[in-house]
Amino acid sequence: MTDSELILNCENVVMDYDGFKALNNCNFKVHYNELRVVIGPNGAGKTTLLDVICGKTKPTSGKVLFGKGTNLVGKNAEDITKLGVGRKFQAPSIYSNLSVWQNLDLSLKRASKGVFPTLMGQSSPAERARIEEGLETIGLTEHAHDRAGSLSHGQKQWLEIGMVILQEPSLLLVDEPVAGMSDKETEQTGQLLTKLSEKQAIVVIEHDMDFVRQIAKIVTVLAEGTVICEGTVETVQADDHVREIYLGRAIVAH
Amino acid sequence: MPEPERGRPDSRETVSLYVVGLFLLVVLPVLNVLPAEDSWFHLSDFRLNQFGKFLAFAILALGLDLIWGYCGVLSMGQGVFFGFGAYCMGMYLTLQIGTESVYGSELPDFMVWTQVKELPLFWYPFKSFLGGLLGAILVPVLFATLFGFLAFRSRIKGVYFAIITQALAFAAWLVFNRNETRLGGTNGLTDFKQLLGYRLSDPSTQRGLYLITVMALIAAYLLCRWIVASRAGKVLIAIRDSESRVTFSGYTPWMFKLFVFVVAAGLAGLAGMLYVPQVGIITPAQIGVLPSLEVVIWVAVGGRGTLIGAILGAVAVNYGRSVLTNYFPEAWPFILGGLFVVVVTLFPDGLVGMLRNLTDRKPSPAFKADGRTAA
Repeated sequence: MTDSELILNCENVVMDYDGFKALNNCNFKVHYNELRVVIGPNGAGKTTLLDVICGKTKPTSGKVLFGKGTNLVGKNAEDITKLGVGRKFQAPSIYSNLSVWQNLDLSLKRASKGVFPTLMGQSSPAERARIEEGLETIGLTEHAHDRAGSLSHGQKQWLEIGMVILQEPSLLLVDEPVAGMSDKETEQTGQLLTKLSEKQAIVVIEHDMDFVRQIAKIVTVLAEGTVICEGTVETVQADDHVREIYLGRAIVAH
Repeated sequence: MPEPERGRPDSRETVSLYVVGLFLLVVLPVLNVLPAEDSWFHLSDFRLNQFGKFLAFAILALGLDLIWGYCGVLSMGQGVFFGFGAYCMGMYLTLQIGTESVYGSELPDFMVWTQVKELPLFWYPFKSFLGGLLGAILVPVLFATLFGFLAFRSRIKGVYFAIITQALAFAAWLVFNRNETRLGGTNGLTDFKQLLGYRLSDPSTQRGLYLITVMALIAAYLLCRWIVASRAGKVLIAIRDSESRVTFSGYTPWMFKLFVFVVAAGLAGLAGMLYVPQVGIITPAQIGVLPSLEVVIWVAVGGRGTLIGAILGAVAVNYGRSVLTNYFPEAWPFILGGLFVVVVTLFPDGLVGMLRNLTDRKPSPAFKADGRTAA
């Protein structure tokens, strides 16, 4: 595969927190329409990597090339969002005092999100249809007019996934989507992500190895801020270095 | 299940709006004019005028509710913008006194006794009514634009923003107190005689001002309702809920905060402009730290994040003050402070929340008592 097929290319990214290198010369590439899973022990820098890509934090050095070579480093979060990077946070991060519908309506991709277009804007029938479609995808049609804060934990996770989907990102960053979900919800989430990956590139951080096996084609293992291994679930689990890092952890037991 | 279109209010709200509007615009003035003075139904000129003052305060409270109740940004400097509006109108009214003044000079009295020989340049625009009118809105709006731009762009938020606005109120109070500011020092501007040729001492002029205030309040309410019903209104609530998340939805929070801060300042200016001719005096004591804090209490008592609550709170607290200060003048600050503590700890949704709880069990749509504080 050549670089022109990459939607994301992180080159030598360093994130230095006063001497602690959360990311240490991290090189991470993702292709268009790929579903990539990132695993790694606690403190490996997985969430930091997503933070750097979506503009939540600025890396100490390195490049984050997105799409046709746009460097995301130094851009602010709202511009990166507009370029087509969507982020689903680890703890469900929704607007709890708005209804489910309003959460989705605010997230919907629109030509302008400035103050005055937002003040004057009315949802077009096409936009309303897209919101209804999104509600169906995440299974919250029944709850469209409920206050988002009143949803269950799993439903909140789904709502946030829906919000990110409606932003129509070409790259979707998902941080531990199934944490706190029941087995059934976990499986549904896996199916949803697999379906979405037909249209957009997705990077998922996950600890739950059953879930990883369900969705992953290629897995990237991150440890101490660098990529130490990349490949199919089987290759990665057979890798000696990975076994060493995870010694005594769940992955060896499987 | 279609989402209700923006701006379409529910029927209960529309009905109550008509009822309240009718009451303020027709019933009260009629009770003032028609019944004989000793009749039980008679509303005295004093009471009507006092009510007009409360309604001007309600406009001020609406603005704070937008920025604090909806957007979660506590401004403790609304009194400053109110003061700008009040002083602009006050300067026009002062120049209208003309040679009716105590010293019989064209210059305002305070300039005569502070040895000012010529009208300072910045007073000139206020020779015309239009100057006073435009100044009362534009000065607060422009000042808020500049101040808000600097503060919000530097991502000053929460309690830091509250402290900075309080410092602003204190600074404004100091500046307006100085004789060198040429705005009458501690005595402020007073002794007004006429407005566009109408005598301010005439009850019919005061009735007219009352009616204009009611109409301004209705217009301000409709403007605020239009804003909070729009998608931008939802962004405001989203900022209050989770400001950092808003950037990942593609919005720039500081621009929305700036917008709503400027609208609030404009409303405060309008309120000040309407206050001055009805009360007949504006001094630095009415625009400093304490008056700015009182606005916060009105909104908290009425119910944050409900526009009706801001109006209700402003009228109720001020009416309470006018009654209670008759009986316990010294105790009022303690009553006010106690009220604030009780409301914030026991009734976070204020009067409106209590009324809602009485009528139905539906939670307030805009602000939930989920332990969130604004600052």
